[in-house]
Amino acid sequence: MKTNTMSYKCRQFLMFAGVTTAVFVAVVIVPFLYGIYLTLTSWDGVSKQKPFVGLANYVATFSDGAYWQAMGRTFLYSVIAVILVNVVAFILAFLVTSGVKGQNFFRAGFFTPNLIGGIVLGYIWKFVFNRAFVALGNTFSVGALSTSWLATTGGAMLCLIIVSVWQYAGYMMLIYVAGFMSVSEDVLEAARIDGCTDSQSIVYVSVPLMASSFVQCLFLTVTRCFMVYDVNLSLTNGEPFNSSVMAAMHVYNQAFTYKNFGVGQAEALVLFVVCAVVGVLQVYIGKKGEVSA
Amino acid sequence: MNANERAARNKKINHAIKIFILIALFVCFIFPFVLVVINVFKTKADITSDPLALVGAHGFTMANFPEAMKKMNFGRSFFNSAVITICSTVFTILLSSMTAFVIVRNNWKICGALMGLMIASMVIPFQVLMIPMVSLYGGVLGILNHRATLIFMHVGFSLSMATFMFHGAIKTNVPIALEEAATIDGCTRWQTYWQIVFPLLKSTVATVAIIDAMGFWNDYLLPSLVLTKKELYTIPIATQVFYGTYSTDIGLVMAALLLAMLPILILYVLLQRYIVEGVTSGAVK
Repeated sequence: MKTNTMSYKCRQFLMFAGVTTAVFVAVVIVPFLYGIYLTLTSWDGVSKQKPFVGLANYVATFSDGAYWQAMGRTFLYSVIAVILVNVVAFILAFLVTSGVKGQNFFRAGFFTPNLIGGIVLGYIWKFVFNRAFVALGNTFSVGALSTSWLATTGGAMLCLIIVSVWQYAGYMMLIYVAGFMSVSEDVLEAARIDGCTDSQSIVYVSVPLMASSFVQCLFLTVTRCFMVYDVNLSLTNGEPFNSSVMAAMHVYNQAFTYKNFGVGQAEALVLFVVCAVVGVLQVYIGKKGEVSA
Repeated sequence: MNANERAARNKKINHAIKIFILIALFVCFIFPFVLVVINVFKTKADITSDPLALVGAHGFTMANFPEAMKKMNFGRSFFNSAVITICSTVFTILLSSMTAFVIVRNNWKICGALMGLMIASMVIPFQVLMIPMVSLYGGVLGILNHRATLIFMHVGFSLSMATFMFHGAIKTNVPIALEEAATIDGCTRWQTYWQIVFPLLKSTVATVAIIDAMGFWNDYLLPSLVLTKKELYTIPIATQVFYGTYSTDIGLVMAALLLAMLPILILYVLLQRYIVEGVTSGAVK
């Protein structure tokens, strides 16, 4: 059988990748391109007509104060959450690789929040913040706890950050654990013989060798935090007074609540571009810092 | 001798501090889950008066479960979630591994183009696609509110990542000599794939299955846009709708939350090692 004819190649490709290509194009590529077209129309989500409006939606996006407030908030939340997630995850990874008994049990426990969807997690924490913390505050008469944090504007953001750290730290811990494991025993022993203390060998030997773990964790946390929606919906739903509406929620409301599909899509695209630029920049800077043993 | 003793003692103290911090953090991590478990067996009045008590003043009750189960239509949503998760995972694995095979083994232009497009598409977040998807599949084609539509979309979104992972696995783990031997023995490419290559991909299949199934099971945003009829709700949607209606009936809420978590927690207890390993190897790739 000839294997270099065009028809053979076509048949082979279609047989193995035909369905994949069709589904992928239908679900990802076509909506992506169609979405760009939608930003040029003022569609209301119902009517058959999609009037062409040129760049008016982008003008609306850049003059939408609530959108940029949500963006600023998302930025602030992401910076704090990303730092805390990675610090906690790194500490956890260090502790569960330090030869403590039952480390697999601890690893499994810390990872548990990742198994459960954001909606359920948000409601669980809503109960914790609204009832359990308040009860604790009343029992031990701690003033800061006696009213629910979720009811104050700054508090709601703090709650979101706490839940995100709790949710993602276990996952990032697994990546850092893999990083710790990849640092070979020989290098650490050499460092010890040269007189390194434990903390010195972590800072000067393990951490530089684990740079790729850091790049990866930072990328994952940045993209996840920027696009946060589920926990935002179930934990605060933007309350109080729309003070905790994140960018993704603003986009959702713009399109599906206020029926401004064109503006919503334009705002989604801008959010995506900002997120992609931050993510790529972070990876680019991180890659420069990588070393090999 | 003295210095050695001191070093040994310091080491012991260090170890004790580590264990102490570890246990403290562990308690913080499971505290929310423990709270749900202790409150699910209390009456509404007991939860409101003291959410921290181990047993409520009115004693131990199981009444929250049957009522929450009925009100959130648990059986129905569990069935929907299971069907959608299983079908989406199976299709994703079959399609993506086949695609990866043809891409790795042929340096045709179209293969490179498809792989490049898939890798590039991995950076697109769902929020960018949700509005055009609703308008295309709902407005133009009118095929929302079918489980099959959701499965189709789940598969479409997860194909890139899965193909990428199988690509790496086939390239490094499947010796090309095996395939040549099969060809000489008279296998077609199709037979070679199913009888030689696919069985060698077991560990990657497990990794992809775990990561994707967890994602599908917990997904909220996409299902909530596709499935708006009550009888099609998945567990996350049912939980959200339930909370919206009964948020003041806190005993029922606790039961609903526990029910929503229970299936995956049971699976986790049984398959814990595979899940942790799968997620790690999936993330590190």
